[in-house]
Amino acid sequence: MNRRDEEARSGESESLELEPELREALGNFKASVDAWSESMMSRPREVKTPARTNWGLVTKWVLGCFVFAGTVSGGVYENHRQQEAAKIEAARIAEQQRQLAAQRTRDEEDLMARVDSDIAREVPSALEPMASLMEDSANSGN
Amino acid sequence: MIKATAEELAALDFESVVAAHRAQIFRFLLASTRDVDLAETLTQDCFLKAHRNWSSFRGESSALTWLMRIAINLQKDNWRNRRLQFWRQTRTNSVDLDEASEWLPSGERTVEQRLLAKEKVAQVWRAVENLSERQRTVFLLRFVEELELKEIAETTGMGEGTVKAHLSRALARVRKQFGEMR
Repeated sequence: MNRRDEEARSGESESLELEPELREALGNFKASVDAWSESMMSRPREVKTPARTNWGLVTKWVLGCFVFAGTVSGGVYENHRQQEAAKIEAARIAEQQRQLAAQRTRDEEDLMARVDSDIAREVPSALEPMASLMEDSANSGN
Repeated sequence: MIKATAEELAALDFESVVAAHRAQIFRFLLASTRDVDLAETLTQDCFLKAHRNWSSFRGESSALTWLMRIAINLQKDNWRNRRLQFWRQTRTNSVDLDEASEWLPSGERTVEQRLLAKEKVAQVWRAVENLSERQRTVFLLRFVEELELKEIAETTGMGEGTVKAHLSRALARVRKQFGEMR
């Protein structure tokens, strides 16, 4: 060991020696840690029991949720079904009305055709010989 | 301090070891962390770990040295985990330095003496807070647990010279703190 090491060691051991003030302060420090530790060790502790699962309550909640969900979804389904039925009914009525209108139009057209055929003949059959004569004279004039 | 030889230790059951050293381990961890809940948790972890490895404990060192070594490692792990979790909002329950120095027994002192003693204890706490992890461990083992340098070396796994150096630096810090107080 060289001289420098010896000096360092002697310096260290000197610094480890405590002057009275520091000794007293460190003694008080230890006393305070002891008192604190003892107090914390002997303090009454609250025992926290882990919360037990109340299965009855859980079951009731689950059943309640099922009933609620069933009621709501049933209502929604019923509403949807009624709307669909109303749509189908409306479409059926519209189709019926369209068919009726078409039928009426056809009837009117038939009637008009019948009237036309009854009253709108081009040349009455009794005047047909005169009509042919008129055609002959027109040819000879040329 | 309770010291046990290897033969005596063999006869001791784990329960008696817990009863003998629990207070000491808790005290050391409380002084190291200043957190009562954390100190309790680490004390429990320490004895749990010791219990698991009790069969492999051969009594080469005293039970206290062995338990203290486990406690120091647990405290180091805890410190490391906290540092790694800096991104998390970790809540610390460490008590205030002034609160920690409130625990001074009254003794036969005047009010003035008591206040002065309390202030000095607070200064020691302040100095301890600023020590490095190793310096703090060595300081607390020497001045709270009153272990000899050789025992501290055995507990911490450092050489006796290193222990002396850490202790010397720690005391220099306390002296400096006292100097600032004047």
